[in-house]
Amino acid sequence: MADSSLLYRRRIWVNRWNLAMSLLTMAFGMSFLIWILITLFARGFEALSPALFTQMTPPPGSDGGLANAIFGSFFMVAVATLISTPIGILAGIYLAEFGKNGTVASLTRFINDILLSAPSIVIGLFIYTVVVARVHHFSGWAGSMALALLAIPVVVRTTENMLRLVPNSLREAAIALGAPMWKVILMVTLKAVRAGVITGVLLAVARVSGETAPLLFTALNNQFWNSDMNAPMANLPVVIFQFAASPFVEWQHLAWAGALLITLAVLALNISARVLFRQSVPK
Amino acid sequence: MNLDISALPPEVAAAPKAEGSAPKIAVRKLDFFYGKFQGLKSINLDIAERRVTAFIGPSGCGKSTLLRTLNRMYSLYPGQRAVGEILFNGRNMLDPGVDLNMLRAKIGMVFQKPTPFPMSIHDNIAFGVRLYESLSPREMDERVEWALTKAAMWDEAKDKLKQSGMALSGGQQQRLCIARAVAVKPEVLLLDEPTSALDPISTAKIEELISELKADYTIAIVTHNMQQAARVSDYTAYMYLGELIEFGATDDLFLKPQRKETEDYITGRFG
Repeated sequence: MADSSLLYRRRIWVNRWNLAMSLLTMAFGMSFLIWILITLFARGFEALSPALFTQMTPPPGSDGGLANAIFGSFFMVAVATLISTPIGILAGIYLAEFGKNGTVASLTRFINDILLSAPSIVIGLFIYTVVVARVHHFSGWAGSMALALLAIPVVVRTTENMLRLVPNSLREAAIALGAPMWKVILMVTLKAVRAGVITGVLLAVARVSGETAPLLFTALNNQFWNSDMNAPMANLPVVIFQFAASPFVEWQHLAWAGALLITLAVLALNISARVLFRQSVPK
Repeated sequence: MNLDISALPPEVAAAPKAEGSAPKIAVRKLDFFYGKFQGLKSINLDIAERRVTAFIGPSGCGKSTLLRTLNRMYSLYPGQRAVGEILFNGRNMLDPGVDLNMLRAKIGMVFQKPTPFPMSIHDNIAFGVRLYESLSPREMDERVEWALTKAAMWDEAKDKLKQSGMALSGGQQQRLCIARAVAVKPEVLLLDEPTSALDPISTAKIEELISELKADYTIAIVTHNMQQAARVSDYTAYMYLGELIEFGATDDLFLKPQRKETEDYITGRFG
């Protein structure tokens, strides 16, 4: 009994030590994150003003806003979402419902995983080579294509994973009524995981909306208001990249404001994705 | 009335013919394979029209497998195949040219676990009906009411037709699934352990339902529960290790089984 109580006390101390260590490492990691957020919010709020949303990006040394960059970012991300959502969902349906463990599906899954972790600058360079270098100018289309290429693997992966959660019994039940496969998928299985698939799309949007590297080579930037997808387009990440590294105080302020806007937008997307997902995990 | 199938040549080893009921489905020399494993071995039996035929036997004996061949559900899975004949309205449903969707519209199935679709109660029933009939909204409402009434669900469901089918209790979900299967007006209903996930009260309701439905439908039911087979069925098949050991009128099979294996199983001396 004495031995075991000694052992027991030792175990308590080991437990305390390990708990303390893991708390410390957690605090270490979190402190940087909080530091980043505090700096971002402090500097960003300082630079927030209504002019951000009404005026264009200024030439060095004068005041201005981010209206063209906000619009450009929003527009290109929206187009990228429109391109990537159907492709990603259809590919995910193929992998989960038709390809399963076949060769084509396994290969697609493997390539999709590579794309999922490919550095975004590689995607940017790819679009630069196949689009921008061919047509000899930067454009909003090229930007949207690069962003879509980044979003597709995320949508494919989440759609497939969600569809795999659907119990086979639900599929069989619909098939047992004499429903053809496409109706089973569209009206029953996809419907059962609708919220999960939308969550995947939102997360993909959140992922691409802060990307700088792929836009540097594709949409580049534009000092003026532009809604022509065939011309270079202003966007928040590239504006931040250029303005933050500049020696001009006004530009630096705008960069902070832009960074705050992107962070808030991504935060909002992530929160809505989580809320949506929690509402409807299939039982 | 009782026939010892394995001792007779297959053409004689047919189901006992009750007066006035022709076989709706005739299974002849049916072998079934999961890859290399043989799940069913030369099964011969008749499923009588407008009667309840029950399949009993220990887990893994092949009774669910047999049921799943009767609507070709196994065809969804590569590697599973059936050899032999299953005559349905005189046609072999194992023929490669058979339209599986049409076949399944005529042979409905209800599963062990309730499987409501992620849609309203009304749409759960309308889903199957819309596949093969175009009804006006009013006709559809009538069909939904008719099917729910058949499944003894109308009183409980009539005020919440727009609510999700997933929100119902387990027993209600299962009756909704039966209503859904009945709504498309199939000729045969396959029930794969329909009450094994339900409480005794829901079970009793569904058993009552089966007895009523047999006036219009041919029913085949797989059950783990021998009392249930005795209560609801007209004919019972005892299966073991992929073979049909004994098949006959339910009263005969339970009261004076011809084979020792059957007797051991129904008296609980199995093992």
